Amino acid sequence: MEPLRTIQSRTVVLPTRDIDTDQIIPARFLTTTTRDGLGDALFYDLRFNADGSERADFPLNQPEATRCAVLVAGNNFGCGSSREHAAWALLDYGIRAVISTEIADIFRNNALKNGLLPVVVDADVHSRLIANPGAEIEIDVAATTLMLPDASKVEFPLDRFARYCLVEGIDQLGFLQQRIQDIQAFEESRPWKP
Amino acid sequence: MTEVRTLFEKVWDQHVVCTETDDTPAVLYVDLHLIHEVTTPQAFALLRNLALPVRRPDLTLATMDHSTPTLPVSSFQDLKIVAASAAQQISQMERNCADFGIELLGFDNDNRGIVHVIGPELGVTQPGKTIVCGDSHTSTHGAFGALAFGIGTTEVGHVLATQCLLQRKPKTLCIDVPGRLPEAVTSKDLILAIIGHIGVNGGTGHVIEYRGAAIEALDMEARMTIYNMSIEAGARAGMIGPDDTTFAYLDGRPRAPRGAAWDSAVRRWRALRSDADAAFDRSVAIDASALQPMITFGTNPGMVIGVNDPVPSQSDDPTFRKALDYMRVEPGKPLTGTAVDVVFIGSCTNSRLSDLEQAASLLAGKRIADGVRMLVVPGSQQVKKVAESKGLDQIFLAAGAEWRESGCSMCLGMNGDTVAAGQLSVSTSNRNFEGRQGVGARTILASPLTAAASAIAGRVADPRRHM
Repeated sequence: MEPLRTIQSRTVVLPTRDIDTDQIIPARFLTTTTRDGLGDALFYDLRFNADGSERADFPLNQPEATRCAVLVAGNNFGCGSSREHAAWALLDYGIRAVISTEIADIFRNNALKNGLLPVVVDADVHSRLIANPGAEIEIDVAATTLMLPDASKVEFPLDRFARYCLVEGIDQLGFLQQRIQDIQAFEESRPWKP
Repeated sequence: MTEVRTLFEKVWDQHVVCTETDDTPAVLYVDLHLIHEVTTPQAFALLRNLALPVRRPDLTLATMDHSTPTLPVSSFQDLKIVAASAAQQISQMERNCADFGIELLGFDNDNRGIVHVIGPELGVTQPGKTIVCGDSHTSTHGAFGALAFGIGTTEVGHVLATQCLLQRKPKTLCIDVPGRLPEAVTSKDLILAIIGHIGVNGGTGHVIEYRGAAIEALDMEARMTIYNMSIEAGARAGMIGPDDTTFAYLDGRPRAPRGAAWDSAVRRWRALRSDADAAFDRSVAIDASALQPMITFGTNPGMVIGVNDPVPSQSDDPTFRKALDYMRVEPGKPLTGTAVDVVFIGSCTNSRLSDLEQAASLLAGKRIADGVRMLVVPGSQQVKKVAESKGLDQIFLAAGAEWRESGCSMCLGMNGDTVAAGQLSVSTSNRNFEGRQGVGARTILASPLTAAASAIAGRVADPRRHM
């Protein structure tokens, strides 16, 4: 995984609450056996009409949303299924951080394991970001701060281990593999075996 | 240990390989890893790239359920569009399981079915185990007092390679359900009411422990419906102290312990209860006696009303308005009487024998309304077999419904079983998200009784008027 230290971008805003993983990537795109190219399927039914043409009113289709790497979304983003394809699709499309007041558990875990930063902010900061699409912001991952257009900085919560892995570009599997002796000892010492 | 603990904490503590610190999450051991074709190909690819074996193939069990056809297998080639990539996904699953030495309950296996139906059915789902699967509805297995939760594909790779996960300990939420469910009000109605009450994010960051007289009175299949939908309230897992109902269900299952091993397992399982004064981070109570059959009206499982109640009005909220626009429903009016196009009985939520029996009890000797398509998809080949031995298939077929092979089917429409754009579906599945059952499909979640009643009426219907 590439280290993720800072993100500097304009924001694209999807104000709707409870954007579920079926909206992020519909199930019919999950028959893939790789993680490549899923950006084309991102928000497919929201981005495109039935005839394949772009929906002009969808925020990601606005010209000013081009190359935005930060998505600001309504509360409880990523609820629903465990499909990691949702995180892969966002990353493949070019999104590096999702900002909301709450981010669903499984989606958050999946995001962190792929270098997609979940940023939870309070309702006040959130409503300012929702009201100002295209705001230029800067995220410092190591400092866990978000700099708003008025140069004010807010801190956001980020698990220390997840932060370390993001900033150093560390794959968590390597960390687990270093614990193999502990795992083996656990297996041998259990009072009952599954 | 002498301190007072919840059931969750007891099971968690038994599986901690390395304790969590501020800097590092816990290393948590996994007793059972269930895998299916959709969320594993990229994990196996990782293992191949790193030349890693599967650490414990003996604790891994595979099936295929999501992209599989529910028409007889011989006609699989006739399914269009999704078939090519789905067929590739299925053949890759067969190859991955063969190469890595994992038991696969594949097409030719009588025990195949939806992953969350077959685990309990085989008796491989057991109290006190940690169970994970690349599937959010893994919470189902919590009905047995297991700690069971969904994971992503990267984590599937972690478990394949190390049999462990890196986890932060979640918080606990107690949902107490006193009282007794009224007639025709099922565990599906109860969980919909709970999600409506606490919201689709009400359980985020928490493991739920459901307790109380109404939960204890339920049989295992009815309990599974509740635990299955814990994730629809945002909670990755739900749990319950296993009891005699649990043990009676497991006793004699093909992969449950036998003889002396069974006796010793039951002794161990009986200790899996929250201590009397164990503290939960949050507590909620909901009275079962006051409930009625529930249906959803919007585009998430928390947008729920009593079957005869009017759709609420919250016109100033854009998210709410968007949901109502998508569903083409009007605030202030009930949904009963609205014409229905499709009825789906199936999914890991409601495809077990008792679900099919409930639907059949209303349909026996009746026909579904003209113009309604009804699909009945058993949760496993075993459920199918037993249902057929009881003649349920004949009741469904005589009523005008389709009777299929097992699989996830129209819950998420990956296999070609979809609801057409604009059509209204009454479904016993778990998610009414936009497009979940097909592009533009409109979904009302309901119990098997409400779904069957709606099929007969051709309109959203109160099952109590059809019994």
